Amino acid sequence: MSGTLIVVLVLVAIVVVVALVLIGIYNGLVQRRLRVDEAWAQIDVQLKRRHDLIPNLVNAVKDYMGFEQEVLTQVTEARANAVAAGAQGPQQAAAAENQLTGALRSLFAVVENYPDLKANQNVLSLQEELTTTENQISFSRQHYNATVYEYNSSTATFPNVVLAGMFGFRPREFFEAEPEAMEVPTVSLR
Amino acid sequence: MASTFYSLQGANRRNSLLLMLSVALILGVLGFAIGYGSTGQLTAAMFVTTAAVIVAGFLSLISYYRGDSMVLAASKARQVTEADAPQLMNVVREMAIAANLPMPKVYVIDDSAPNAFATGRDPEHASIAVTTGLLEKLNREELQGVIGHELGHVGNYDIRFALLVGVLVGSIALMADVFLRWTWWGGLGGRGRSRSDRGGGGAGQAIIFVVAIVLAILAPLFARLVQLAVSRQREYLADATAVEFTRNPAGLERALAKIAGDTEVLEVANRATQHLYIVNPIKKFEERSKGMFSTHPPIVERINRLRSLHGGAPLTSTEAGSLANLD
Repeated sequence: MSGTLIVVLVLVAIVVVVALVLIGIYNGLVQRRLRVDEAWAQIDVQLKRRHDLIPNLVNAVKDYMGFEQEVLTQVTEARANAVAAGAQGPQQAAAAENQLTGALRSLFAVVENYPDLKANQNVLSLQEELTTTENQISFSRQHYNATVYEYNSSTATFPNVVLAGMFGFRPREFFEAEPEAMEVPTVSLR
Repeated sequence: MASTFYSLQGANRRNSLLLMLSVALILGVLGFAIGYGSTGQLTAAMFVTTAAVIVAGFLSLISYYRGDSMVLAASKARQVTEADAPQLMNVVREMAIAANLPMPKVYVIDDSAPNAFATGRDPEHASIAVTTGLLEKLNREELQGVIGHELGHVGNYDIRFALLVGVLVGSIALMADVFLRWTWWGGLGGRGRSRSDRGGGGAGQAIIFVVAIVLAILAPLFARLVQLAVSRQREYLADATAVEFTRNPAGLERALAKIAGDTEVLEVANRATQHLYIVNPIKKFEERSKGMFSTHPPIVERINRLRSLHGGAPLTSTEAGSLANLD
């Protein structure tokens, strides 16, 4: 009688302990995934802001730039690609955003050739806004990638990997650093 | 590099705690020696010690919660918003993201001498103040370096250290001063003699009395020297932290040279606030303490340390010479 009671109690205790461990693992995974989402939201806000600023910039400079319409077209196209890529996850977005960064650098290099534009208060403040969004994206990227690394490695190690598989905790994509950032933008100066 | 950096930050926190404790200990010992030396009674000694600790604790509390607003008011700083100073706010936001710290309050001081400081009790209650001269004379990259340095002070809790240790060191000086004056006038007036005639402490009390006088002379000096040594070390650490945030040693390096090379005088800075600024604002050689008594490390040494971070050559002797007289 008391023997079976002890066996039952021990079994209950084991079940409780296992359940607590599983809950702990699950909550840990959820928390890490939330951190990734938060870090991404920070980048996403800046990306959207940049996409919103670019049409204003294009409008502000297009009348001055008779010969370099090509550069403006590049920027507009790169922006459209970046907006479209935004829905396809960080990896796609990073590639498109890097193109956009390159196109913007070319545009600002061209702006340097127009004294009227360089002195234009509206253009200057748009340039400042775009510079700060670009910097904020680049400083947020490091934080985002660190949270992704932490989350991905926690889903890939035992025993978390079992739970991660059962509840669909998939690895997240990194937001890669731009390789073009190191290169000098090539601009045709006619 | 990274591990060295984080261990440096950890050592920084431990040092601060150790320093706070030792300064508090000096305060207690000084209080005890004064109390026992003057009366020869243990209860009186305990009373003076307790009173000293309570007064210092009270002053620390005031400084902890109100010190930042007092410093900002004394420096005639006004808070700015996005609309007033868009670039400054943008740069601070960028650096706050890089440092993973909340956005601090941003202030501007109307003065053409370029300089900047940070204050507050923790990163959630931090303020950064820059002069209008800094905004005019520095480009964006250099401004980023300076803001990175200030947020380095915020993230390393140097701002809390500056608020609290300043008050503790001040309390020691105040207590020592009161005691020495009282002994001087009391001794001349003969009250001291009648007291020792009456007192039952005898030789033991006399020895403690002498110890108290020696302590009262040395303790403020010692406490100040330790505070300054830590303060100088923290400037190097904040420089290194700024480079970690901006990933660009050149910006801060040029900013330091520009600020130190500028000949204008910051009107609102004084001996009480000089240690807060990124570069010592007291320009006149005679008015500025040298070496052990300095709040800041030499600017040439700071620039050379930044240069070594990106593998650059140190300043040439002519370059160093033109900056050396500004230390």
